[in-house]
Amino acid sequence: MIIARVVGTLTASDKNPELRSTKLLVVQPLDLDGEPDGDEVIAVDRVDAGVGERVLISREGNAARQVTGRDLIPLQNLVIGVVDRIDRIDGGSPGGRGPA
Amino acid sequence: MRFARVIGRVVSTRKVPPLEGYRLLLIEPTTARGEAAGAPLVAVDTGQYGDDEWVFYVTSREASLPLRDPFCPVDAAVVGKVDRVDLEDGAAILDLGPRGAAP
Repeated sequence: MIIARVVGTLTASDKNPELRSTKLLVVQPLDLDGEPDGDEVIAVDRVDAGVGERVLISREGNAARQVTGRDLIPLQNLVIGVVDRIDRIDGGSPGGRGPA
Repeated sequence: MRFARVIGRVVSTRKVPPLEGYRLLLIEPTTARGEAAGAPLVAVDTGQYGDDEWVFYVTSREASLPLRDPFCPVDAAVVGKVDRVDLEDGAAILDLGPRGAAP
């Protein structure tokens, strides 16, 4: 799993039928300092996450199939949690919301 | 899933049977703002997606799930077309048309 920030929403009316009625979020993967790490990816929201929140992303297709109950959903990235806090043994402790 | 723009097609007549009937698209990954980001790749077309459209694609094992044979040996598939992306800074990016020029 990785930590990412919700940076936007995706509207797509023409998509694979298995993706119907899903909430598609644009998320920016973060490094441990809260800085952007790579390009944005699209994830399906399962926890009612909002723009600006720091979230936990599972990137496993089988997890996505189990959670959605759709055996043929062409999906890997799932928003499975909102991060409240990250406690680091070295003292770095980025907050859970908004920019680090 | 990631964003990409359709930049062409790959034509292959002799291919594994489960791939017959499917179009192969040449796509270039983009950022959420439609800017080119990374090396182009080939993805199977699971809808009717075409030249210059802004789309999104899935990779790995999940790429074959939309196909007739869900074990078809492919590793990337275009699974939708972007209507618009709304970003936290207020930017709304619509399907930008050719080459991602801002409207």
